[in-house]
Amino acid sequence: MPLLEITDMTVAYGRIEAVRGVSITVEEGELVTLIGANGAGKTTTMRAVSGIRPLSRGKILFDGKDISRMKPHLRVLEGIVQAPEGRGIFPGMTVLENLEMGAYGRTFESKAVHDETLARVFELFPRLEDRTSQVGGTMSGGEQQMLAIGRALMARPRLMLLDEPSMGLAPMVIQQIFRIISEINAQGTTVLLVEQNARQALSRSHRAYVLETGEVVRSGGGRELLADPSIKEAYLGVA
Amino acid sequence: MSTSTPAESNGAAGTNGAAQPVRPRPELPPAGQTPVRQRAHGGAGDRLRLWWDALARPAQWGIGVPFVVFIALLPILNIPVLTTVGTNFGAVMAQFGMYALIAIGLNVVVGQAGLLDLGYVGFYAIGAYTLAILTSPDSPWNVTQPEGWLSDDWAWLAILPVAVAITAMSGLVLGSPTLRLRGDYLAIVTLGFGEIVRLLADNLDEITGGGQGLKSVAYPRLGVTEELPNGVFSAGNVGSTLNSGVWWFWLSLVFIIISLMLVGNLERSRVGRAWVAIREDEDAAEIMGVPTFKFKLWAFVIGASIGGVSGAIYAGQVQFVIPTNFNIINSVLFLCAVVLGGQGNKLGVILGAFIIVYLPNFFLGRTSLFGIPIDGSEIANYKYLFFGVALMVLMIFRPQGLIPVRQKLLTYGRELYVAARRTLAKMSDGGPQAAYATSAPASGTVGTRSGGADGAATTERTGDDEPTDGRNR
Repeated sequence: MPLLEITDMTVAYGRIEAVRGVSITVEEGELVTLIGANGAGKTTTMRAVSGIRPLSRGKILFDGKDISRMKPHLRVLEGIVQAPEGRGIFPGMTVLENLEMGAYGRTFESKAVHDETLARVFELFPRLEDRTSQVGGTMSGGEQQMLAIGRALMARPRLMLLDEPSMGLAPMVIQQIFRIISEINAQGTTVLLVEQNARQALSRSHRAYVLETGEVVRSGGGRELLADPSIKEAYLGVA
Repeated sequence: MSTSTPAESNGAAGTNGAAQPVRPRPELPPAGQTPVRQRAHGGAGDRLRLWWDALARPAQWGIGVPFVVFIALLPILNIPVLTTVGTNFGAVMAQFGMYALIAIGLNVVVGQAGLLDLGYVGFYAIGAYTLAILTSPDSPWNVTQPEGWLSDDWAWLAILPVAVAITAMSGLVLGSPTLRLRGDYLAIVTLGFGEIVRLLADNLDEITGGGQGLKSVAYPRLGVTEELPNGVFSAGNVGSTLNSGVWWFWLSLVFIIISLMLVGNLERSRVGRAWVAIREDEDAAEIMGVPTFKFKLWAFVIGASIGGVSGAIYAGQVQFVIPTNFNIINSVLFLCAVVLGGQGNKLGVILGAFIIVYLPNFFLGRTSLFGIPIDGSEIANYKYLFFGVALMVLMIFRPQGLIPVRQKLLTYGRELYVAARRTLAKMSDGGPQAAYATSAPASGTVGTRSGGADGAATTERTGDDEPTDGRNR
């Protein structure tokens, strides 16, 4: 049974259907990427999975359970945790407070688990440990992205949703972020990633879906798609 | 202690040093100097707060209690510099008490949860009208003697909880449909609510007396003597130093302290953390697992109840309610107090309330200031102009208000300072090496704060392998 199973999902903003009849599955332990141009419906798909946008048709199953109508904060308790697009950290809180907020819904069973999780986040993002008392809003874009991912990790997600983690970042930082995403996935967290940076994303994901104007037009293994000439042409800028 | 302490994580970095270059030690924030973020503001207010937070509990009580007593005695001491000429100083302080209570309530909604409420006067009106409708002889629903069963002596106190309950309910009724809206839309809806309440009061002639209002509203009958047949709280108690205004001020002070304790505790709890998160970024809060709607509704209901208490105090003091006293301009003044004092800081908003109430009264009837002849009453008449200008100036130079809220989750604030103080103490008797050793557990304290809180939370939901269970309580 897949961890996440989206069946024939349609999401609309008013009368405009941003996502039409999309079906996506994510198996436990996988790193799955959605790629596509601007306005293809990637972020909308993400928002529908985390529950911020309601579905107008279709179904989302998480671990076999229908969560299509579930409130976003309850989905967090199920283990679906998102690091939102545009980073979405709490700008007035310190790094540590942001991280602690990550665990707001999924509270820790014990202090030991808390310390262990925090240590894991700091191990992935040493920069955050150096800056625990810095206010989130004053950090650089890359650091904010790290904080957003770290904050999501504090909830010990079963499925982590990453919305354009590379947006607006320097190439060096993008490399670093992707390395960390792979590492998080390798440590056992299932990741659903939305990316415009197709080359990086595809080379690191097990499988990928290509979205175009709200519909899935291709899907397949990450490397397989990376080698596909039409994908190359459309998303990698290679003729 | 834990893996998160700098000392151990540094050790871990050392073991796989090949993969991970040994990075410079994280700065030890408490080592003598204040952490970077506190230096950022570094104003007098911050220094004051730092000093206050570093005091031990008994010292805080030792300073806090006399200060509150001093404030309480202000109208009796009647300090010449402070006193008002045009109106009785006691009456001014009573009005200040009501505004302070309102500011505390509105601050929960606007300052803590970040919900712009422009119709707060509606709750104030509902509190006042509930008391008036149930105790005024003009009202058909009067429950006091001689028509009713409730003795006049107890009427005010007995109806107060009813007024609070009804205001809370109105907060729930207004909040449930409208809190799905955000920002400007919410502000407009609440603006409408304030007007609806006033218009209802104006037009339900049968019950509210319409534009005539309701007279002879109940008030506490305490201290009945020969000279004061209606007790110290009656409007007839004028002239002496201990006039009714002073008594009402003291009564408000009691409610202010109760609300401050209630709100303060909420602030430091999970509820307060949720409010801060909602204020900062509602979507982010929701996807961190904060039930945002529930907590927004909570803020609304708590804010409304406190407004209701203030309304009941008002109705009791003036013994008379009419719709024009609940104009929209009051909502703006209340909001002005909150914004002026510093949104989110409950002591700041009390200062804001004081300024809003006191300044116009200070000028009222005054003919000279520092030897310069002025027409104080004229100045007082232009109070809205001055408040408007003051707000504009404030928004340009100090948008966070006179006493801004600490830009952090209050949950951790105290721990940080306590840790810093302990380290300082260790520094003085053990040298920097000892300070280094203690700073690790100290920073651990900060990190484990929620570990402790969550540990407490776990006890009430034992065996939670499935984290869902606990949430649906």
